[in-house]
This record gives sequence, C-alpha cells and structure tokens, in this order.
Amino acid sequence: MAGPHPRPLSPHLSIWRWGPHMLVSILHRVTGSGLAVVGLGVLTWWLVALAQGGEAYLRFSHAAGSPLGLIILIGLTWAFFQHLLSGIRHLVMDSGAGFELGVNKTFAVLTIIGALVLTALTWFYILGVRA
Amino acid sequence: MSLGDSASPLGKVRGLGSGHHGGHHWLTERAASIALLLLGVWLLASLLYLPALDQRTLTEWLRAPSGAVPMILFVVVAFRHALDGLKVVVDDYVHDEGNRFAVNLLLLFAAVGGGALALWALARIIFGVTA
Repeated sequence: MAGPHPRPLSPHLSIWRWGPHMLVSILHRVTGSGLAVVGLGVLTWWLVALAQGGEAYLRFSHAAGSPLGLIILIGLTWAFFQHLLSGIRHLVMDSGAGFELGVNKTFAVLTIIGALVLTALTWFYILGVRA
Repeated sequence: MSLGDSASPLGKVRGLGSGHHGGHHWLTERAASIALLLLGVWLLASLLYLPALDQRTLTEWLRAPSGAVPMILFVVVAFRHALDGLKVVVDDYVHDEGNRFAVNLLLLFAAVGGGALALWALARIIFGVTA
C-alpha cells in the first residue's frame, strides 16, 4: 500500500458465497476466450487445409480424428453451447429481465444443464448414429 | 423537448458521454452476438447434416451460394465478436495503461490478420483455385 490513504478494494471472488450465477458468469468468459483462441484457430486451420486440399486436408482430418483432436472438438462443442446459452441469458438480462434471485439462479443452472445435454446429444449423433 | 418517461434507458444514453458513441458500441456488440448465434447454429447444423466431411463434399457445399454466403458472414462476425470479447477481458485484467494498449493492439492485429487468412482460404475454396 503506497499512499497514506489506501483505496478500499472491491470484494473479490474469494469473499462471496459461490452460486450458479457466479459460475456461469465465469464460464461465459472462459468459454468465450477458449472459442476465440482455440475455436477460431481450428476454424482457420480447417479452411486453409480445405483450400490447399489433398495432403493438407488429410493431415487436418487425421489430427481432428485423433483422440486429442476429438477431446478438443468435444470441448469446443461444449464451450459453444455453454457460451450460446449463457449469451442468451445475458441478452435477456440486458433487456432488464431475469434479475430476481430465484429466476436468475434457475436460468443459470439451466444453461449449465442445457450445454451438457446438447453436447452429449451432438456427439451421440456424430459417433453413435452417423458413424 | 425533454427525454421524458417515454424514452427507454438506452434511448436516454445514446449520444451522451465523452465519446458520444457508447450506446452505439453497446448495440453493435449485441447485433454481432445475435448474428453469431444464428450463424453458429447454422454452421453446426450444416456440418451435422452433410452426408460426409471429406474434401469433395465440403468444397461442393461451400461453393454453392447457400453455403458460401453464410460462411463468409460467419468468419467476419466470429472474428469481430472474438475481438470484442477478448478486449473486454484484456481491459479488465491488464491494469497498466501501456501494457493494456500494447495487448489490445496485438489483439486487434491478430483478429484482423486471422480473419483475413480465413477469408483468403474461403475465397480460394469458393472460386476454385484448387479442384
């Protein structure tokens, strides 16, 4: 603390009791950052590989189908659904609705369950039904 | 004429503030996120709907206007939304002003550069430089 009158610090993560709304708020940032960096990285690699064709696209397909590739793709799918659903929640809250404690908490929990269910359904379809 | 009770909260702040564009910036962020919500669902649904994900099927899909146009929009809006979101994270966590400027500049270059690379690849696929 430098000056004679240190400014009061805003209470931070460690001081609040954890709740679903807090978790969802943090997940929104984490999944958004992950989608921006990893997701757009994979998208760009995919498009460049497709543009080059032949060997380049086979290399991409091989990497995407490997165990690590599948883990990354499943992770991106979950991040996509989590960010999409919590994004919808934020749009609703931007309109001024959904701030009541009960509603807010329920909505937050639903985004977590919804993202997990949609991810499971998507990959069940890819690996179980279509493959 | 005063902005009485009939004005919405957003209507009251548009054009105000030192930059006069805060309300506009807020609205464009929402517009990009709603557009990306639709385009992201379109992309995932398309990938699940396509009979296969080999080079030939994907190239045919992206060469038709129904694939090419939404994909161009997806790339542009996704990189724009990623830049908007990561900038918020940088502004929140990088406290030193000089570092914040530098990181935001790098972020801008990375987003514009990455978006240009993805669009170049897409143009090459769509206009068929490779078979």
